[in-house]
Amino acid sequence: MNLPDGIQSGRIQKAPENFLDHDGIRTVLAESKTGRRGFIRSAFAAAAAGAAAPMAMAQGNPVPTEGGDPNILNLPEHAKGLGQGVASEGSYGKPSQYEVNVQRRQSPGLTQTTQASVSFAPLQSLFGIVTPSGLHFERHHQGWWDIDPSKHRFMINGMVKTPKVFTMDEIMRLPSVSRFHFIECGANTAVEWGNVAVPTVQYTHGMVSCSEFTGVPLITLLEIAGADLKNGKFILAEGGDGSSMTRTIPMSLILSGEVLVAYGQNGEMLRPENGYPLRLIVPGIQGVSWVKYLRRIEVGDMPYAAKDEAVHYMDLMPNGQHRQYTNIQECKSVVTTPSGGQVLLDKGFYNITGLAWSGRGKVKKVDVSVDGGRNWRQARLETPVLSKALTRFNIDWVWNGKPAIIQSRATDETGFVQPTYKHLRAARGTRSIYHNNAIQSWLVQENGEVKNVQVS
Amino acid sequence: MSKFRNLVSTAALLLAVGLANAQSTAYPGVGRLATPKEVAAWDIDVRPDFKGLPAGSGSVEKGQDLWEAKCAHCHGVFGESNEVFSPLIGGTTVDDIKTGHVASLKRTDFPGRTTLMKVASVSTLWDYINRAMPWTAPKSLSPDEVYAVTAYLLSLANVVPDNFVLSDKNIAEVQQRMPNRNGMTTQHAMWAGKEFNGTGKPDTANVACMKDCVPEAKVASMLPDYARNAHGNLADQNRLVGQQHGANTATPENKTVMASGAAPIPVAVKPAAKVVDPALALLGKHNCTACHAQDRKVVGPSFNEISKKYAGKSDYLVSKIKVGGVGVWGPIPMPAQSAPDGDIKTLANWLAAGAAK
Repeated sequence: MNLPDGIQSGRIQKAPENFLDHDGIRTVLAESKTGRRGFIRSAFAAAAAGAAAPMAMAQGNPVPTEGGDPNILNLPEHAKGLGQGVASEGSYGKPSQYEVNVQRRQSPGLTQTTQASVSFAPLQSLFGIVTPSGLHFERHHQGWWDIDPSKHRFMINGMVKTPKVFTMDEIMRLPSVSRFHFIECGANTAVEWGNVAVPTVQYTHGMVSCSEFTGVPLITLLEIAGADLKNGKFILAEGGDGSSMTRTIPMSLILSGEVLVAYGQNGEMLRPENGYPLRLIVPGIQGVSWVKYLRRIEVGDMPYAAKDEAVHYMDLMPNGQHRQYTNIQECKSVVTTPSGGQVLLDKGFYNITGLAWSGRGKVKKVDVSVDGGRNWRQARLETPVLSKALTRFNIDWVWNGKPAIIQSRATDETGFVQPTYKHLRAARGTRSIYHNNAIQSWLVQENGEVKNVQVS
Repeated sequence: MSKFRNLVSTAALLLAVGLANAQSTAYPGVGRLATPKEVAAWDIDVRPDFKGLPAGSGSVEKGQDLWEAKCAHCHGVFGESNEVFSPLIGGTTVDDIKTGHVASLKRTDFPGRTTLMKVASVSTLWDYINRAMPWTAPKSLSPDEVYAVTAYLLSLANVVPDNFVLSDKNIAEVQQRMPNRNGMTTQHAMWAGKEFNGTGKPDTANVACMKDCVPEAKVASMLPDYARNAHGNLADQNRLVGQQHGANTATPENKTVMASGAAPIPVAVKPAAKVVDPALALLGKHNCTACHAQDRKVVGPSFNEISKKYAGKSDYLVSKIKVGGVGVWGPIPMPAQSAPDGDIKTLANWLAAGAAK
């Protein structure tokens, strides 16, 4: 396949295999000792001349002419001139201009308004476990706001000795904790319950993100208000925006100290789209419970049946009953590279990599299959491996050019193993919308294109 | 409430005599007593047992008037619209009202689920209409108006008769007629606590088999060729460098097997500095996009359609935006808009000049 005119690849042409015979290798070794390298140059020249003929494992970039890659031979401007000064591009740093493709995106046709909608994080382009704040997925129920933090108030009432009001200044004076946690929308991967519906991992799994959140344990604030922690079995969390979204949270989870009232995200304040200046952090629990623009916590003795737990975010079972108050995001993983909508450039070595997480604790292990789930190998877990946070895995793979179906399967510290679609559909049918944590399959075709598929 | 008021006044008294408030704390100086007025202003939630429900009443008839004026442009005159949000009404029967189970939820062939098919608790409707509706002016309805709108919705589903007046006195009886009131279960392992005495045990039990686990996998589902570019060109949605690049979906798939050589390598495109029309920001600011889209009908006509029909007629558009109207584009009214004159003029000029994105 020819490259379009004017495109210069920076990738290195791999030499044909065995282009040095045994005598040649001996000569190289001998010459390297004496510092005479003319032989190697002539050997590469011979190899390049032979490149026009078909050869195994060739790599897709033009053969350097003029004795080498012009990106090396002709020094670029940035090596010959004066660069830009500090703080010259405004006061807040931005990604390279070459990273323009790495953006949040809406899924066409999913919603009719932008205010009650979703944008998906570009998982296919992220490394490690932290989602850059500007790429964190968005889910709004009635549009987002940029709220003046000096006017934001946080109230605790209900089954408390003293109802309390806090300013942001006061909340930020309290002892803080910083923790990495994933947040996943309960409807992540929802469109795939019945069949394949979208092409890339951004649209199948992009409603998950992971940040370091900084804030105050909610239990600290409840204790300041003198909450009845014994009879107050539930709390209601309420947002301060138009929808004033509400959700019921179990008190047992709050007693564990995990639930935070957070203002920080990845070292700076929360982004407005993510709830600036205050949001609830409920590790392991679906994103809708992480109430943004948090204005109020009410302590009560029964669940609240809020709109987003009595009309939406319920899982329909085949017998017509809805499972209500489902909130744990069970163990799940997905390969992000290679993934749907990408194209492999060559046969040869690849580093398969992806993300795993569990709402019940740490990821214990991730296995990867390249034959559609028949055989599996255990992947490496990149550090850190943290409870209720994204965990990055990777594993070696040499693609031989034949069709391959790549899957990942996570096991969490409770021993729970991520289910297949077969398992999930047997338990819940195909109409429950939420909490689809099935093993994802990516088909690598012989032409190098990767497709989202489901397997039987 | 009286107990609460006593507590508050005791606390206030203690403060008045110079003591710390009644609550002992390890964090002196952080947080203060919320006044009863403050709590009343924000504590608006209504629970399934109707705790928090203010006194009041509203008739189906009054609800219908409110509905047509403030709700129908998104939800349809009969709550049936699927244009902006999922339908509210439909799919429930008189028999469901008797059993408390919506029978159509068992049917896999039933098209979608309406709010009335799902919701078990009437308090949920009251609470959400009160806190979040209408869409562009939440919390603008009085309690009596919320009763009326709720009554109208329930009448559309035959839960209450057309001459019904819903109130805090009879809402508990109405609860006993909710079509899906028995349709919920908490017997599952996905509540992160023991409060509901759920099952505790997850409902799937895969095992981490490593070798010869399943027969050869067959592809059972994938996107058809015609959907190749439905999400835009995927080459533009992947980093420009890396192990692999984005597939160019703007062109048909090259189905030839990869031999030597490789896929085309996309070039970095320098983002051109774009001059953004100020009207585009106003579309979001004034919630125009809640009902209108650039190139397709949502509730109202698309900006492109409006622009075509009223090219050059900026003054006419100013008056239409200000006053609202009905009938030109269909039966759903456009409400009068209260945006500043300058903003309306900017929007009208933008529409009259071609509505360029």
